Amino acid sequence: MNRFIEKWLVDSLRGLGQLALFAGEIARSLVSQRVSGGDLLRQLYFIGVKSQSVVLVTGAFTGMVLCAQTFFQFHKVKMDTATLAVVSVSMCSELGPVLTGLMVAGRVGAAMAAELGTMRVTEQIDALRTLAAHPVDYLVVPRLLATVLALPLLTAESITLGIGAAHVLGTVLLKIDPAYSWTHMLKYTDVTDALMGIIKALIFGALVAVIGCFKGMSCREGAEGVGNATTQAVVFASISILISNFFLTLLLTRLLNL
Amino acid sequence: MIQVRDLKKSFGSNRVLDGASFEVQTGEAIVIIGRSGGGKSILLKLLIGLIQPDAGEVWIEGEPISQMNERQLLEVRRKFGMLFQGAALFDSMSVAENVSFGLRREKNLTAGEIAKRVEEALDMVELGGVQAKKPAELSGGMRKRVGLARAIIYRPQIVLYDEPTTGLDPVVADSIDRLLLRVCERLKVTTVVVTHDMRSARRIGQRILMLHEGRIHAAGTPDEIFESSDPVVRHFVDGIAAEKEFAFQT
Repeated sequence: MNRFIEKWLVDSLRGLGQLALFAGEIARSLVSQRVSGGDLLRQLYFIGVKSQSVVLVTGAFTGMVLCAQTFFQFHKVKMDTATLAVVSVSMCSELGPVLTGLMVAGRVGAAMAAELGTMRVTEQIDALRTLAAHPVDYLVVPRLLATVLALPLLTAESITLGIGAAHVLGTVLLKIDPAYSWTHMLKYTDVTDALMGIIKALIFGALVAVIGCFKGMSCREGAEGVGNATTQAVVFASISILISNFFLTLLLTRLLNL
Repeated sequence: MIQVRDLKKSFGSNRVLDGASFEVQTGEAIVIIGRSGGGKSILLKLLIGLIQPDAGEVWIEGEPISQMNERQLLEVRRKFGMLFQGAALFDSMSVAENVSFGLRREKNLTAGEIAKRVEEALDMVELGGVQAKKPAELSGGMRKRVGLARAIIYRPQIVLYDEPTTGLDPVVADSIDRLLLRVCERLKVTTVVVTHDMRSARRIGQRILMLHEGRIHAAGTPDEIFESSDPVVRHFVDGIAAEKEFAFQT
């Protein structure tokens, strides 16, 4: 049992060390190398444009279910018109960035790990290196920048659609007064709530891309290796988003004086 | 010139190279033979710095590369072209994009110049008119030719070949051999081929080195190797498995 724990500890520390070195190499590349506009646009299209449907559906239905649940509780104490305010603050600062991050981790993080993992096991990454191209410059940095740029935009879309869908549900189906509902939402939602969501989305984007690329580039041989790398990329990125979200909420609340 | 000095490499408890040393003169074509899993491909990857040795040194044109970091190695690798065992073509790119990959990153060439160089490289490997195809649409032999075109379009000083004829039928393997010889003669490049195909080795190599138990066990001209009386070399050349293997199987 002790030996098992020791091995797990050593493996975990080794993995963290490798991830730190990988992050260091990315930082060096970001400072010293120029990113190809074409590569960045291709990644932005794949990560940003092609993730629209999944992110928008998530945003809309999360907004509506949150509206319905909040309304059912608030209706008991005659606070119906505060429903949209709760939805708005929750979507802006927590649910919008977290759920968008998780959806992108599932779609994009997995794709990154699978694509880079396949490239690694078929020696395409080695071929890249023999052609005097650094894999971090060519493969990782465009993906990282595209995810960091795309995730805040996707989050903003998701929040907007979530609030919009909640407003329609609340006013049309649940018969909440639209004027009071809208006024309360604007009164209780601060610009810093939205800012918190966007900052979180930036950080989640970096986490998804770095973990996805790291798992892909360090995957073991064979189909099983690529499969494991893909699974681990999604699991680790999702857990990282959930854990970091807690600490970011505490930190950003203090920094933004909420 | 390539100099390899006392190279050692292990993976876990498996010692793959155990003090391999040899030299390759500029413009020379050498073939490294040895049994499957004997460390030939690892040796090739050590020559170009794709993996780092545990001990020993690799010198390329008078420059020690074993202690260089990845960014320093990128400069050294401009002297190299490499054909991988499975060709390692970028499957998301067309043939033309694969072949021109290195040139497109040079920035000082126009699109027209790049297209002309791609056509020249593909003509050299006898593969015209496939620029728009994807690697998945090509046969094994065609992929190797595209891989070779990608390796030589740079006009490198040294070309490394990892099992160029493995997995190909004898006719295609023969055409790859001829191609390899033509590249060697026309471009006057230093050539290092790793193979266990003895027919290829005899045709291509000006010198043959035999890797056995992590060391260069024998070296000589193709005639010297094929007529060697050394039992290890004889077993390999004649394709006879060692007695202990027979004993193990029966």
